[in-house]
Amino acid sequence: MASFLAMVRFENVGMRYGRGPEVLRDISFGLEPGSFHFLTGPSGAGKTTLLRLIYLAQRPSRGLISLFGKDLAGLTRRELTPLRRRIGIVFQDFRLIPHLSAFDNVALPLRVTGQPESKLRDNVRELLEWVGLADKLDSRPPTLSGGEQQRIAIARAVVGRPSLLIADEPTGNVDDAMALRLLHLFEQMNKLGTTLVIATHNAALAAQSGRSLLHLENGELVPVSPSPPQMREVAAS
Amino acid sequence: MNKSSLVLPFDRGGAARFLPWLVALMVFLAALSLAAVMTLQHALAGWDESLAGTMTVELPPPPAISPPASPANAKIKNKVPAAAPGDGDLSSALAVLRATPGISNAEPLSRDEVARLIAPYLGNALTPDDLDLPQLIDVRLDPASPPDLDALKARLFSAVPGASLDDHRLWLDRLFLFARSVEITALLILALIGFVAVLTVMFVTRTGLLVHREAIELLHLMGARDGYIAGQFEREALRLGIAGGLAGLALSGLTLLALGHAAAAADFLGDAVNLVPALHLKGWNWVALACLPLAAGLVAGLTARLTVLATLLRLP
Repeated sequence: MASFLAMVRFENVGMRYGRGPEVLRDISFGLEPGSFHFLTGPSGAGKTTLLRLIYLAQRPSRGLISLFGKDLAGLTRRELTPLRRRIGIVFQDFRLIPHLSAFDNVALPLRVTGQPESKLRDNVRELLEWVGLADKLDSRPPTLSGGEQQRIAIARAVVGRPSLLIADEPTGNVDDAMALRLLHLFEQMNKLGTTLVIATHNAALAAQSGRSLLHLENGELVPVSPSPPQMREVAAS
Repeated sequence: MNKSSLVLPFDRGGAARFLPWLVALMVFLAALSLAAVMTLQHALAGWDESLAGTMTVELPPPPAISPPASPANAKIKNKVPAAAPGDGDLSSALAVLRATPGISNAEPLSRDEVARLIAPYLGNALTPDDLDLPQLIDVRLDPASPPDLDALKARLFSAVPGASLDDHRLWLDRLFLFARSVEITALLILALIGFVAVLTVMFVTRTGLLVHREAIELLHLMGARDGYIAGQFEREALRLGIAGGLAGLALSGLTLLALGHAAAAADFLGDAVNLVPALHLKGWNWVALACLPLAAGLVAGLTARLTVLATLLRLP
């Protein structure tokens, strides 16, 4: 087990829904603060369930999880709220609220934490400019392209300057050029100190980044070493 | 960019659209029931006040025409011109009454006053002189020490044979019993409407919650406190409830005004004997009615809040 104070730590975590079979079995790993990880694996391997456990949408059936150095088993429901505010999430299906403008969607995490309007306005505008949507502040998500929605979802995930960013297939619905551009955004965030976990079934993209990989097969974590440089080039071509 | 807007599209989601309409209907029915209860209470108090401290003594017409079997017969049966009741009888009866402790006042009704009382039944074509009217004495009792009625009756009858005494009690008791039953029924309807309103709001809120389940989980995962999320639904339900309630109140207000006009038109007996419980709503009655939309909104808001909180507790 890693000796550093982990941002995320799983110890023998198992997860089952109701009385069904275990979708995750004996998951153990630790993520260092400021690290960048890809979570790979075929569809149905349990990637989304693993992410849901990290971003506190579920409690595990067994095993121990600690976040930001705190053992979740010892925390009450109420005590999870401050932890959630330190996590940014990019959902696979974006989960934008359709009747709110791009601006209001991105401002949502700040509003729910009670940030004053005067303070958040510049922050949200700046972020939307950063993801190239300065001219779409008032557009509603249904009028935007998939790529634009994805960038709003990413802007919303990072607007609260999270310590930990979880992204589930953030490049699943965009072309390769956009995927690379988004990856670049994540790299920038990581440089600013955010720990990232990105789930993707795009093994080539993950390999190309040269980042550490968490690979799931049938609900179990399988050790995979980062691709050597020549493999990255092959994967990228 | 509406900064204070609700993040959940509560009013756009299917069943929630019907919430104001349902609340409007509930408030309409509740307002009518409440108005009925309050009008009844008002009428009951009025009858009790005006009749409880009074009695009426009837003296038969002079026995020369036909000795009446009962004073009621005397009122309408004898249509031949007749002499007034004997002044002697009236004096004797008044003497008995005024000598009785517990009677504060005893005044004979003039023939014109008696004629006015029976005009609604017989019309104005007949003058008092055409009728053999009984002499009526209006008796006011001292509520602190009412007289012994049985003894009084006996004394009256010995002074004036055929005299009768009506303390209105039987009539009033029956009226009270009837009015009380109507009042209880109206209160039960009111309670039932309140119960159905709560159930409806719960159902609509839960349906709204299903539609927005993802948005609620999203807010929860962003670190929104339960109170914040529940507050979103609570405010929206409160707003919709009050809006619907105001519409229902306006509708019931119009209905009550129309009923009031109809009752006033039917009040042909005039002020002397106000039998029709006309829609006499006092100031505080209108305040109570005006509170209904607020109550509906509060019920909606509180139910929404509790339903959302209960649902949120299922999330980790």
